[in-house]
Amino acid sequence: MSPRYLELVCPAGTPAALRAAVDAGADSVYCGFRDCTNARNYPGLNFDADELREGIAYAHQRGCKCLVAINTFPRAGAAELWHRAVDRAAEAGADAVILADIGVLHYATRRHPGLRRHLSVQAAAANAPSIAFYRENFDVKRVVLPRVLSVEEVTALIAQIGIEAEVFAYGSVGPMSEGRCFLSSYLTGLSPTSEGACAPASHVAYIQQDGRLLSKLGGTTLNSFAPGEPAAYPTPCKGRYVTHGRASYLFEEPVALNAVNMLPELKAAGVTALKIEGRQRSKAYVSRVVGTFRRALDALARGAPAAAALDELKLEAEGGRETLGAYHKGWR
Amino acid sequence: MNTRAPARLTLGPLLFHWPPKKRRDFYYRIAEEAPIDAVYLGEVVCSKREPPFARHFAQVAARLQGAGKEVVISTLALVSCAAQIAAIRDAAAGGALLEANDVACLQLLGGAPHVVGPYINVFNEGARDFLIARGAVRIVLPVEMPLASMRTVAAAAPTAFEVQVYGRQPLSVAMRCYHARSHNLTKDHCQLVCGLDADGLTATTVDGVRILTINGTQTLSHGYGVLLAELDSLRAAGVTHFRLSPQNLDMVRVARIYRDLLDGRLDAADALPALRSMSGDLPFVNGFLHGREGMSWR
Repeated sequence: MSPRYLELVCPAGTPAALRAAVDAGADSVYCGFRDCTNARNYPGLNFDADELREGIAYAHQRGCKCLVAINTFPRAGAAELWHRAVDRAAEAGADAVILADIGVLHYATRRHPGLRRHLSVQAAAANAPSIAFYRENFDVKRVVLPRVLSVEEVTALIAQIGIEAEVFAYGSVGPMSEGRCFLSSYLTGLSPTSEGACAPASHVAYIQQDGRLLSKLGGTTLNSFAPGEPAAYPTPCKGRYVTHGRASYLFEEPVALNAVNMLPELKAAGVTALKIEGRQRSKAYVSRVVGTFRRALDALARGAPAAAALDELKLEAEGGRETLGAYHKGWR
Repeated sequence: MNTRAPARLTLGPLLFHWPPKKRRDFYYRIAEEAPIDAVYLGEVVCSKREPPFARHFAQVAARLQGAGKEVVISTLALVSCAAQIAAIRDAAAGGALLEANDVACLQLLGGAPHVVGPYINVFNEGARDFLIARGAVRIVLPVEMPLASMRTVAAAAPTAFEVQVYGRQPLSVAMRCYHARSHNLTKDHCQLVCGLDADGLTATTVDGVRILTINGTQTLSHGYGVLLAELDSLRAAGVTHFRLSPQNLDMVRVARIYRDLLDGRLDAADALPALRSMSGDLPFVNGFLHGREGMSWR
């Protein structure tokens, strides 16, 4: 086997998706418990303690690591649930926990000093002093960098932080500083930060009106589609808003990040691991995306180009459209 | 600290990009006329806005301090480059009381006394206790936090707690500038177009509902967050400082209304029409505090 080019970290929203990701060549999978302790708290997703144990066994038997995301912010008086999640991840043999809240990080550091800690993107640590804060206080070994930095900034940052960096390579992109965006709760009353669900399906509606399809979140219209136009999901930062008399995707277009053609640049920047977003996506999606990235990384490890058969990823993108996101500077 | 500590009225950092003279004169008038105990100066949203006001900064701070007001220097909510880090380090070294709005600032302060701003998540006792142990003397609670959580977090803690009670609510920050984007510009070539909108740029839904306010890289609620009848409950919960966020209207009058409310000289029922008369048909919201949609009002 050739030396690892970059660690491929893959979404496991369900036990079936976990097996699909492992089988398709994931180096690591990440998952969460079936409650508000993780940032993809959607119906039908996630793991109970037994499923996690079985999933970790399946991954470990095949040389794959398992990371557990406990990356929301406990509500006051309710931190016990988050602490128990850390305990259960440790008991199940997780290779690391992915944390965001200062209180949960403090608990994990004291109670489970030997359990590896990663800093979640939900902590929004986008600069060297922030990362140093978490490294010095909680001995985090890896930071998941926010999806708002250019490749030049990623390079400069990694040179200063002294710990591993994981970056997003594929999937949904949010333009806001994560873990502190209150747009969805402003519209729905449910908090992504504490309850782990941005734009929950329970608050989504699609309504036909005057020949157009309106998408709504919590009663607020976030988009209007002409007949035949693909109807994107109503996430607040992906809606159309009117400014200066003109409707536009003011925050971000309904596009998916695809950095598969930038893997050599990310490797040169000092990145350790690539993250595929999408714990809410299907097993089939996970298989195809993970498989494609596996082939690209294996090709690069052999010194070959990564270009083979990458077009298949386009089928998976939101609305079929892709972006390099913040990795190119003009994005801002 | 939860039994009727004196209620302090504060003026949060100006979030909008006003012309330097307007900004200076605004603070001069606050110094002379507003019954406000503490004023937060400093830029939270975008460091490109700082140079135009820099020549007035020291004089404004001195005028406010001369009027007996505590001055706190607010720092950026999203720190992204070496120059910004150096500026925070310099401010911290100068001994001023800083409001940290990015965890970077906590690190740069190295345990010196400071205010934790509303852009750093303190949602629970664990985060609170850790930050108090590292020098937090006042914590501004997140805009999203409901009253029930405030009761838990602010009770029996050896520090002061602040809540925004008037003005548009900060909902998100980003690297990308939406103000520039709305003008088909990029952040690097923005021409400071955020300065065209002294009260932010209204974003309307495609069916005509005014919903959000764009302020450079920041997104605010369109409605003003207004807490009036809730002030007693907040005080009972342990909140000691009450923040007014500057809007483009007569903030001295707003401050007098709130001072009278806190001192029992005015009822919430009388304060509401007085405040409404100042901001036209702009909606008021208070949903977050009641654990509901932030945009709701009751």
